[in-house]
Parts: sequence; structure tokens; C-alpha cells
Amino acid sequence: MAAVLAMVARGCGGVWRRLRQRCAVRPGSGPFPRGERAVACNARGGMMSAGKSGLTPWIPVVGLEIHAQISSNSKLFSGSQVQFAAPPNSLVSFFDASLPGTLPVLNRRCVEAAVMTGLALNCHINKKSLFDRKHYFYADLPAGYQITQQRVPIAVNGSLSYSLCIDNKMSQMVTKTVRIKQIQLEQDSGKSLHDDARSQTLVDLNRAGVGLMELVMEPDMCCGEEAAAAVRELQLILQTLGSSQAVMAEGQLRVDANVSVHHPGEPYGVRTEVKNINSIRFLAKAVDYEIQRQIEELGNGGTISNETRAFDSKLGCTVPMRDKEGKQDYRFMPEPNLPPLILYDAKSLPANMNHQQVINIDWIRERLPDLPSVKREKLVEQYGILPEHSFTLLNEDGLPEFFENVVKQTQMKPKKVIGWILNDLLSYLKQHSLTVKESPVSSFLLADLLNLLEKKEISSTAAKQVLAELWKGKGKTPLETVKEQKLELLQDQKELEQICQAVIDGQENEVMAIKAGNQKVLNKLIGLVQKKTQGRSNPVLVKQLLEKKLSE
Amino acid sequence: MRVLSLGRWLRAGRVPPREPASRPSGHRHSGHRPQGPPQELPQGPSQKVSVEVLEHLEHLALVDFRDSEGVERLQKAIQFADQLHEVNTDGVEPMDSVLEDRCLYLREDDVTEGNCTKELLENARETVEEYFVAPPGNIPLVKLEGQKTFLQGSK
Repeated sequence: MAAVLAMVARGCGGVWRRLRQRCAVRPGSGPFPRGERAVACNARGGMMSAGKSGLTPWIPVVGLEIHAQISSNSKLFSGSQVQFAAPPNSLVSFFDASLPGTLPVLNRRCVEAAVMTGLALNCHINKKSLFDRKHYFYADLPAGYQITQQRVPIAVNGSLSYSLCIDNKMSQMVTKTVRIKQIQLEQDSGKSLHDDARSQTLVDLNRAGVGLMELVMEPDMCCGEEAAAAVRELQLILQTLGSSQAVMAEGQLRVDANVSVHHPGEPYGVRTEVKNINSIRFLAKAVDYEIQRQIEELGNGGTISNETRAFDSKLGCTVPMRDKEGKQDYRFMPEPNLPPLILYDAKSLPANMNHQQVINIDWIRERLPDLPSVKREKLVEQYGILPEHSFTLLNEDGLPEFFENVVKQTQMKPKKVIGWILNDLLSYLKQHSLTVKESPVSSFLLADLLNLLEKKEISSTAAKQVLAELWKGKGKTPLETVKEQKLELLQDQKELEQICQAVIDGQENEVMAIKAGNQKVLNKLIGLVQKKTQGRSNPVLVKQLLEKKLSE
Repeated sequence: MRVLSLGRWLRAGRVPPREPASRPSGHRHSGHRPQGPPQELPQGPSQKVSVEVLEHLEHLALVDFRDSEGVERLQKAIQFADQLHEVNTDGVEPMDSVLEDRCLYLREDDVTEGNCTKELLENARETVEEYFVAPPGNIPLVKLEGQKTFLQGSK
């Protein structure tokens, strides 16, 4: 892999970029993979040449198919419970087990979740959508078919906007869009546990029948970073809407990537499908690896076959999947047990229908919460922070609220507070793998500390020391800590003046240099005063005093 | 609705009468397979089902055509169904469910079922600690003792 990356670097002539963290946050935070990217996308979104220079460039094309588990109490077509990790086959109804004589009954909440998601992604909601059967044989699909919406899905033609840092400087954030082809409702399958030792598969149907929203994106992306950013934004949107909790680790958000490469001006290349991607970080890695693999293969005169590959997170590469030979024929047919799904809006609302049987798109639209992009804009507008700050804030669950609470309780300007939140608090949390909720430093404590700083009772170096102490969670207030460690700034002007004079008197050479015009030496004097006061002097005030004395 | 009534005619073994209302007068029905004036069963050039298609079907539907009679029966069934092409469906919305005029009932999101592990597992031939047991990998095509399927044998 390293040799390949090196090749790319040479061929790109330095276009190769190393991903940096944004907003001076420590490594490990943020949605993007740490360290090196395998592929560099230029500002226009195209790909740079790989391999030996002189070859025509390759354009990678990435499309995503995302399955989001709907957050609901019961399943899509039956009344059994939706819950992660329960005793095997305990959340299974007769319908889920596909026993004869059972019929699907559509869950209203699932439809609402899909409509909300469609509206949030700027889709056209189909007032009439249809259900179909997709047939294939697998042990965890007891019916032998999955009920889905292949012909007319519930929502079509939407878009998802997401942001990326296009270079190492934090200030350059660019907004990109990926088109959403459609959103459809479908059933989840059960879970298979492969027991190779005993040559058998164990099947748990708890997950069978859970409602899913399948989001199909157009292949508008060109690299792993874009795919990761898009999925991260989608995750935030789903969590804000509440339509899905979208936790990838629990299988509530599953992403399959379709990857191909082609030369500019030529038709799209053969695509491969990459599955088994368990986190956003791995998504970027898997996509970039696959792009690189295809480029290498084609560069060596090989061909790409339309196959399904699995991402091996340990090895960091994709491998062909067994069991998936050839193109599947799903023999789609209309689901005969379900009439079309009809949705209404304010204009078409039927007069004398039971409320419970009516889903009103406009009613749902009016009640949509603020989406992440809107929340970010509001934070920037209200508090005067930078867009990148707002981006990092929203990326962390609970952090915007924490920030707002601190701002409410302190006189320090929000623009200064944000620095403490993103640089100090967030990096502490990341170092110790804690969520905002688990922070030993509450917003109240931090606000208290920042007030001391704002009132100039302590220096900012002292404040950092206090924060380190507070972090240990021993229950002391900032003021107590300051007193204990004797960190208060010297308030006695006279005493400070005396110390300054003493330093001046003891540093003849430096004084001469300053008087001769070398201002930089002043910093040395300031440093000496700091030493004498054990860090308890206000550097700005010290500078003023020294300058005044030296000009006398 | 037209499709339903056609079914009745087919079962009776007769060819459905022309429906004059469906076409402007004096205009032969177009866009369908030219079979000539309809008689009992159209004997015209029907498609012969290729071996590749048959193998594909066996693999997909996990059936075994077993012998030439099975394949012949399939052939006849396709021929029989091809009669549907006789019907002029210009301007007719395809029907995909007899329920199309009904309201799709929406259920409230309450937990009302489940917790019947024991009952469900009773039907299974083999279970392991409350899991169903299935063969490894995907479900294979059942092979007769030492015998290949008819198609495999005829290659």
C-alpha cells in the first residue's frame, strides 16, 4: 500500500495532500480519516493522475447505497418490537417468520419517518407509491422475498449538501452536493451467524422485518473523503429528525459503495460494489483503496469485473466476496397484499377520513426541526463564530448546547469562549474518549473559570493549569484551585513596578539594546518579570510598565 | 378489470372476443405479436426456451425440471400465457393489485406481537440455543442421489 501511495505522490507532482485537522483540534477528532489519503481530489472534484507521469488521468466515480434503520417501536409490517441485542428469535412475530396465513400491515410511524427524511433531503414526495417483492433465497429471509419499493418509491430526486475542507487551512470550507435518486421503504432481513466449524449457519430473525429507508445516491462523488463527509452529514440529519439513530456500529446505518474509474471523455468504467463497511472512517479507506486498486489493475492491463467485494478493516483492503457470483435476478413483482400507499397534503386532504389513516405531507413539513446546516448558520450569526467552528461544534453530540450554556454564564465573548471549547475541552474529551455528557468539567465550572480569566484575576496560562486540575474531577471550584496553587495575578501595581524596575536594573545590556531600537529584547525582560512573579503577572501590563520605564 | 375477464375466457380454453370499444373503427390492433386471425391456440412461431434460460430458472427458483416432459410442460405453459398478447391494452393502466381501489390501512406504532420463541422454534427440524439452523453459505440446489439434474445430464 505504501509503495502505491508513494507512486501517487510522485505522479501527482506534489498535488498529494496530507489531511490535517481543522480548528487546531487534536488528531483523532473530526469525521475524516487521520493521516494520509490515497487519492487527492482537486478543487473541481476531479482526480489527479496516478502512477507514472505522462499517463492520462483517471476520474474516480463513487456512488453510495445507504440503508438506515427506522427508529420505531415496532417493525415495518408487523407488531413485533424493534430492539438491538435481545434473546435470539424473541422479537419475532408469525409474519416475520413467514408462517403461512400471515399478512403485512404497514406501520404509520415508518411512513412518517420516510416522509420526514425525504423532505429534509429536498425530495419530491410521491403521493402514490407502490410496494414490490424482491425475490432471492437466503436463510435469513424466510419468505424468500423482501417487500420493497422498486417501481415507485416514496421519495425521489433530492439532494444532500455537505462541507469539506479543501486544503490544510481551516478557513477554506467548500460546500458540495450529491443528488439523491430515491428513498424507499423496505424490510430488513434477519441475521446469519456463520459457524464454519460445524458447517452450519445460525439464524436469528429479531431483525427480520424491521423498517429500513434505502437511500440511493447518484454517483456524484469522487473520493473517500467526499463519501465520508456526505455520510456524516446524512447521519447528523437523520439523528436530528429522529427518523433513524443512524449508529453505524449497531448496524442502524449501513453503507455500500459503488466505485469505478474512467478516463476523461470516456464512458464510465465497470463498477464494483464494496460492502462490510462498519464506520465512516473505514468508508473513506475502503473507497480510496478500491479506487487505487482499480487504477493499478487497469494500469497493468487488467480488467475490472462487476463484482461485490468486502472491505477487510484489519488489512485495509477489499477482497472479493464468495457467494455472490454473477448478476442476481430478483424477479420483481408487485406486492399483491398491499394497495398503493397514498399520501396527502393540505390541498388534497380528504374530508371524511379517520385522522389516524391520513398522512399529511404539509403537516410533517411544518414540524421539521432545524437541520444541521440551519443550526450551524444560526450559531455563526448569533455568536459570531467561524463556519468551521460551527461545523466542529455540531459534529460532537451535545457540544453546541454546552457551548451555549457557557456563553450564557460568562462575560467572556463567544468568539473567545469557542477557543476554549474546541481547543481545550474537546481535546481533553477526545484524549480520554469521553462524550460531552460524560465531561467531568461542567459548563458551569468552565464558565466560572473563564470569568476569572475575563476579570483578569488570573492569566491565561494559569487558567489552563486550573482547567487541568478541574479535569481530575475532584469537585473543587476554579476559585479554590486558584487559591491553592497561588495562581492569582498580582494586583498590586506598586509591587509590580518594583519588580519591573529590579529587572531593568539587573539587565543593563538588554536595556541598552532596547534603547538602541531592538524591541524584541523586551520580550526577554517580560519573561524575566514573569519568572520573578512565578507567572502571576499580566504580560500586557508588564510590557506597558517596562516600556514606560524604559522611555523615561 | 379487462385482464380479469380475459382470465375467465382463457380458462374456458377459448380465445377472447375482440373488444371493439378499445380501438377506433377500421383499425387493426397494433403493437402485438402478429399471430394472424386467432383460432384455438395460436400455433405461430412461439419462443423456444433455451438451455441457458432453463438453467438460470433452475438456479433462481431452486426447481429441477427433472426430464423432457417437465421442459415440454414449461414450453406449453409459456405458449398458453402468450395468448395474453392478443389483447389490445393501448391506453390501459396496468393493474398490479386487485386491491388498487382500497385504502392501505396504517397501523399505530405499538408493540403487539413477539415473545413466542418457543412456538416458532417448534416448527424447525433443528435448532441450536434458540437459533434456527441453516446450511452454511447459501441454499444449494438439491441434488438427487448420484444423479445430475436433467439439464446437466443433457449437456
